[in-house]
Amino acid sequence: MIPPKFAYRRAGSAEEAVSLLAEYGDEAKILAGGHSLLPLMKLRLAQPEFLIDIGRVHELSYIRGEADHIAVGALTRYHDLEHSELLAAELPLLAHASGKVGDPQVRHRGTIGGSIAHGESASDVPAVVLALDGTLVVSGPSGVREIPSSEFFLGPFETVLEPDELLTEIRLPRPASPGWSFQKLTSRAIDWAIVAVAVQGSSVGLVNMGSTPLRATATERALADGASITDAAARAAEGTSPFADRNASPEYRKHLARVLVRRGLEEAAGRAG
Amino acid sequence: MSIVGTRVVRTEDPRLLTTGAQYLEDLRLPELQGAAYATFVRSPMAHARITGIDVSAALDEPGVVAVLTADDLDDIPESPPGREPLLAKDVVRFVGEPVAIVLTEEHYQGEDAAELVSVDYDELPAVVGVQQALTDETLLFPDKGTNVLSRGGAKEFDDEAFADCEVVVERTIVNQRVAAAPLEVRAAAARWADDRLTLWSSTQNVHGVRDELTGKLGLDKKAVRVIAPDVGGGFGAKIGADRETVVVGWAARRTGRPVRWVETRNENLMAMSQGRAQLHTITIGGSRDGRVQAYRLDIVQDCGGYVRMGGMLPHLTMLMASGVYDLPRVETAFRSVVTNTTPIGAYRGAGRPEATAAIERAMDLFAAEIGMDAAEVRRRNFVAPDKFPFTTPTGATYDTGEYAKALDTVLEAAGYDELRAEQRRRRERDDPIQLGIGVSAYVEITGGGPDAGETARVSVHPDGTVTVWTGSSPHGQGHATAWAMLVQDELGIPMDRITVRHGDTDVLTEGVGTFGSRSLQIGGTAVRNAAVEIKERARELAAEEMEADPADLVLDLESGTWTVRGVPGRGVPWAQLAERAGPEGLSADTTFATDQSTFPFGAHVAVVEVDMETGRPRLVRHVSVDDAGPVVNPILAEGQRHGGIAQGAAQALFEEVSYDEYGNPVTATLLDYTFISAAELPSFELVPMETPTSVNPLGVKGIGEAGTIGSTPAVQSAVVDALGHLGVRHIDMPASPERVWTAINEARTAQ
Repeated sequence: MIPPKFAYRRAGSAEEAVSLLAEYGDEAKILAGGHSLLPLMKLRLAQPEFLIDIGRVHELSYIRGEADHIAVGALTRYHDLEHSELLAAELPLLAHASGKVGDPQVRHRGTIGGSIAHGESASDVPAVVLALDGTLVVSGPSGVREIPSSEFFLGPFETVLEPDELLTEIRLPRPASPGWSFQKLTSRAIDWAIVAVAVQGSSVGLVNMGSTPLRATATERALADGASITDAAARAAEGTSPFADRNASPEYRKHLARVLVRRGLEEAAGRAG
Repeated sequence: MSIVGTRVVRTEDPRLLTTGAQYLEDLRLPELQGAAYATFVRSPMAHARITGIDVSAALDEPGVVAVLTADDLDDIPESPPGREPLLAKDVVRFVGEPVAIVLTEEHYQGEDAAELVSVDYDELPAVVGVQQALTDETLLFPDKGTNVLSRGGAKEFDDEAFADCEVVVERTIVNQRVAAAPLEVRAAAARWADDRLTLWSSTQNVHGVRDELTGKLGLDKKAVRVIAPDVGGGFGAKIGADRETVVVGWAARRTGRPVRWVETRNENLMAMSQGRAQLHTITIGGSRDGRVQAYRLDIVQDCGGYVRMGGMLPHLTMLMASGVYDLPRVETAFRSVVTNTTPIGAYRGAGRPEATAAIERAMDLFAAEIGMDAAEVRRRNFVAPDKFPFTTPTGATYDTGEYAKALDTVLEAAGYDELRAEQRRRRERDDPIQLGIGVSAYVEITGGGPDAGETARVSVHPDGTVTVWTGSSPHGQGHATAWAMLVQDELGIPMDRITVRHGDTDVLTEGVGTFGSRSLQIGGTAVRNAAVEIKERARELAAEEMEADPADLVLDLESGTWTVRGVPGRGVPWAQLAERAGPEGLSADTTFATDQSTFPFGAHVAVVEVDMETGRPRLVRHVSVDDAGPVVNPILAEGQRHGGIAQGAAQALFEEVSYDEYGNPVTATLLDYTFISAAELPSFELVPMETPTSVNPLGVKGIGEAGTIGSTPAVQSAVVDALGHLGVRHIDMPASPERVWTAINEARTAQ
């Protein structure tokens, strides 16, 4: 429970963080809220040589309404997302889901960018960002690039982020359809989702249904083709290959995906009025 | 008015909630200055032969003071063969078993250095689970020729016992392994000076720790002092000195330097004794009118890698097998097996919750088979109130009990009939959220036994204050409050002038400790008796002082003064008598012992909602009657019941220590070991009931484990009951969402 030796640098700005990344490259890890990274280091499952702490880069913590999207700084904590009036009005799905992550301590430290960059498929917020068709803004030595969230996640703890790149902003378009729902089944209140489902209109994100956060594409297609909610939800697990773990078998996860997608679509439809 | 029985707020809490407790790792004592920090090198393998240990790289690491292995334990008595060693020598038998101790100048250097201790392991097949152990294909102790290291009870079962039963039900059920997981993990600190070992230990019983240290280190009793600072929970798993604690004491002598050690949570979940871990085969037979005629309990106890208490626990399970029921025939037997997993020890209830879980499941299965209400079947089989003292077929003699009254009281409080009506309505409309109602009735054994006394010293000082020393060292129970209340009640000295001390073998050289729900009835009685003794001595002193006949002296409990009967206005306060007694004041030492146990009992109703689509169960109500005799302080007793119910519900719904097929623990962090939190629990509905015992002068029984014993079967039963209309009869614990969903599916497929 004591990590191996590492060097620590605190970045004063996003720019400095990017230049430190360029300097230390492959051996460095960005430390934001630390709620994923530090436990892994304490168990010695992650052993970065350098930690670049962006915890005080306040310029990366914001929620702004822009002309055609909502911009969320990567360092914005779950707690701030949960209690944002702007999100409550414009993206209640993200505010609500953020309030379901872990417990209050986790929500005060954990950040939206950390969760996305970590690439953990059991995290709630990445699937929400997928369902919202978000775009990820990334800074690197060669400048800034924008990556659609649908292309960001590659595998377990693996994203398209290069070792010298820093995720700085999440851009979320204003949803065309106002109905939303977040359905999360956990064993205990503070646990990770066994399965969770994020619904915005007829977009459906899946948590913990494979090696990356996913969209329920078969369900979405069925809805587009005019299927009923029940029929579309029955296809929620198509194309997924969820893990087996202590909490659940793949079969159970697939079943939960179908149930939770149906409940989510029904609730979203109800909210849409 | 007596303070006993009133809701006195815990006097411990202002300190605990403001400046905080002084747990072991908080100690900043001059005696521990310059201490080296201990880190244990632990086996990453469940079962392996050690072929070599190379410590040289670790010794070169900065800050390393020493690296010691089993080979260095040459100055103490050898562990008897087949017994758990202090450090593994030839073979490791569970993941997390200590192999070497690394001492470093600074705490943080320990893990880096421990990683550099190179241990060569020759991997052996791992034995995981009792079924595999029983095959004896791989032996943990080849010299023994079997993994079954002890057995007892019936040599052979008598099938005739069930021959004339109209209905016989048999089922194998799992009482899964759980972790004690106290918030304060294990910790110790040691100093060797002037040929004497002082050891600070996070323990439930300093005297037990001292006795283990003297035995294992070959020291004289007088050469060891054990001190317990504040202790943050134990639940049975902090009884006695674990091997790490002994090694810390030894290392302080070996290196001539104070040594301190605190384990990580990860280590705690791998190496602290765990609990339960029994496999039960239950057979129950009786008539269709609800009378049970015969009951059989066949136990396989998983001891883990070494026999700590795994040989003893099933004896308690067998003793309490028939529970609150008057059963004509009871047969029990057990086998204790070793497996390549964490050793099993005492855990809140220690053998008795397992007995209750088994008989209560059996009663439910029997009730379902004959189509009778679960509460009614219980009522038809209770030991009747006029039969006490009642000796069971397994040899326990219950002191007092009102089992039907406890059940009726809890059913009434729960609104049982209305709950059943609501259940019917939900079933009729095929509600997606079904209701389950679980009923349990229990009796347990606490307190007495041969050699199970407790010590106390009560001293009234010349300044009028009182110090109470107790041999029963608490770790959260509230002794400081309860003992002061008992003394105030006897002496009339207000409890804010009474200080309760504990946990130092140099002050009270003998004592037993806090476990097995024994403290109030044994330790509290010792305190009360010491106060009574002081009162009698004070009477003599007051008689001298006032030149009166001792028989005429009266202690006015309101003012705390002695007066002569019929002579108003003249009173001698305690301080004056203490001064008269001499510089030491008035002091009495007592030991209270009884070989008679007490048998607390009760009944619980749990109400669970099950989401029939996802299978997820949710405990929505928990109502309990827990009768442990007269209550000294309802706040303390309710606190014990709250914690007990929570831990018991946790076993039913969430907790399980598990291993993969290689014996790797997969629940060695608190992310994976899912203990319960307030968010998973309803507000408990506690119903009072007090049936005294005559075993001790306070009339009290133990309450520490009652909640755990009653709640587990009630909650488990409620989950099963929610699916009863589908034909589901049993779901093993923990009743996880997937297990419940699977049971629903299987039942629907079968229909």
